[in-house]
Amino acid sequence: MTTVDNGVNVQALLDARGALKDAPDAAQFTWRATSTWRNGVHSTTRIQNFFGLGQEQSHKTETVFDADHPAVFAAEDNGITPIEYLLVGLASCLTAGVASVAQNRGIQLRSVESTVEGQHDIRGILGVDSDVRNGFNDVKVTFTIDADASQQEIEALVAQSQKRSAVFDALTNPTNVTVAVA
Amino acid sequence: MLERGEVANSWRRERWESLRLLTPNWQSRLPGLHYDGPDRDGYMSMREVITFIERFATVSRAPVRTATEVLSLCRVDGGYQLATSGGPIRCRAVVIATGACNVPVVPSVREAVPDSVTQLTPFDYRWPDLLPDGGVLVVGASATGVQLADELRRSGRPVVLSVGEHVRLPRTYRGRDVLWWMDACGVWDQRHDEVDDLDRARRLPSPQLIGTPERRTLDLDALSASGVELVGRLAGLRDGRALFSGGLRNVVALADLKLDRLLDTFDEWAGTTGVDGAPERFPPTRLADSARLQLDLTRGEIRTIVWATGYRPDYSWLDVPVLDGKGRLRHHGGVVDSPGLYALGLPLLRRRRSTFIHGIEDDARAVVDHLAGHLAARL
Ligand SMILES: Cc1cc2nc3c(=O)[nH]c(=O)nc-3n(C[C@H](O)[C@H](O)[C@H](O)COP(=O)(O)OP(=O)(O)OC[C@H]3O[C@@H](n4cnc5c(N)ncnc54)[C@H](O)[C@@H]3O)c2cc1C
Repeated sequence: MTTVDNGVNVQALLDARGALKDAPDAAQFTWRATSTWRNGVHSTTRIQNFFGLGQEQSHKTETVFDADHPAVFAAEDNGITPIEYLLVGLASCLTAGVASVAQNRGIQLRSVESTVEGQHDIRGILGVDSDVRNGFNDVKVTFTIDADASQQEIEALVAQSQKRSAVFDALTNPTNVTVAVA
Repeated sequence: MLERGEVANSWRRERWESLRLLTPNWQSRLPGLHYDGPDRDGYMSMREVITFIERFATVSRAPVRTATEVLSLCRVDGGYQLATSGGPIRCRAVVIATGACNVPVVPSVREAVPDSVTQLTPFDYRWPDLLPDGGVLVVGASATGVQLADELRRSGRPVVLSVGEHVRLPRTYRGRDVLWWMDACGVWDQRHDEVDDLDRARRLPSPQLIGTPERRTLDLDALSASGVELVGRLAGLRDGRALFSGGLRNVVALADLKLDRLLDTFDEWAGTTGVDGAPERFPPTRLADSARLQLDLTRGEIRTIVWATGYRPDYSWLDVPVLDGKGRLRHHGGVVDSPGLYALGLPLLRRRRSTFIHGIEDDARAVVDHLAGHLAARL
């Protein structure tokens, strides 16, 4: 009998894995966000509905995200910059992975902290140097984990969480992106 | 026994010149035939493998009908009907032993490769001189990929190796072959019904091993040291550019961690059995600070791509509905989901050792027992 409880319902995830194995259509999800320009480089993006398991789904509540640029970019700083949202996505995805994998492996977590740093040469977006890319040059995540496990087991948790992470994959592999005007 | 070519056909037709087995000679055993030469720890060349299997065919007096290709197999009342290049055959039971590696697997991005780049699979590859001069991109870093990258680099070519998930192994550990350790502590004996995730275990890539007289290790560090450039998994091709995953560091970390766990198993086993020698640990795989994420295939730097992206069986002749959605044979330890139909020679068919030549003895015995029972029950 395991008494490990990281608050992740691993059984439900394993059941879903079993059920979706023979039902690939139900596994097709569409995540959506709608965004509105406010003023300057400030925008508001709302997220509530998505599609999955063959039907429309909804979060409990709508979440609203403000994005802007900081004062050093001569903006009003009504929210974090868009590229910082990628850090939010990466950190939260890897952390969720650590908790799930730990639960599945019977490892009790006490604390999981991480710092994400994205190295960004802004000469790219400013068009100063065409050899500099627009996005991150390098992203570094550092985890500090307190758990009932050896250092090796903790490293394995973090490695496995990257292996199963949607955001890690989206950032490290190319994705087709189509931007259209309605 | 029907064979489309000659005895040991796959070793004659589907391997490159320099290949040696990655399993040591003492492990090359077939039922009743063990290696009896002077170099038990060596690795057979293709010539030696062919001779070994020919010898087995002779001593076992296997009733082989060569140059007889099975063109189709279907179920009929009371058994099976085959169409072969030597005419039709009817039988009550069939063992499919056509091999696990009939066709090289090549990802669909191959279609987007510019025409100026020559593309080869391991079945096309013979030796380095047959490639155009210039750089080579080897895709895949399991046994085939690391061996070909190494050989091409030694021929003086610039080589870029695209690395996905892989299995890192040192050639020797505590003075003995790493496969000796796996044998001794029972890894190869693990049964199909004892493995956690059988599906995944069956898809496990081959280990980064090479059989050479000097028993050298051929992991990513060894390749980097010889000047091979490592990049991430090939993730796509766009406008003539190969795009590589930025996740290289993690696949390397996964392989390093897995190796350490395996060495822990060896050491534990050694502790309980009193094998001499002290535990060793290998430094984590070294990587450049940042690996290239793109490679322009139109610029002439890369003249050849070698797809070392795995192999799969060919069941195009099989007209019995026993394949799963991914084209894999549905079977339980070699007993296929159709009465009287059996399989041998597939990865982890019954045990981890089923993947290798030395796995056949136990597997064949179990499968033939079942087959004999099937025939007896229907007499
Ligand atoms: C590159 C490479 C390296 C390997 N290295 C090692 C190693 O070092 N050690 C090791 O133990 N294992 C190694 N293996 C695995 C090895 O192939 C197996 O261990 C073993 O050879 C399998 O034998 P088999 O007879 O089942 O299959 P195969 O050797 O593939 O034989 C299948 C036979 O079936 C014939 N055939 C196929 N289709 C038909 C048809 N429709 N009609 C008639 N005949 C047909 C083929 O011509 C072939 O002769 C390696 C595999 C590859 C691809």
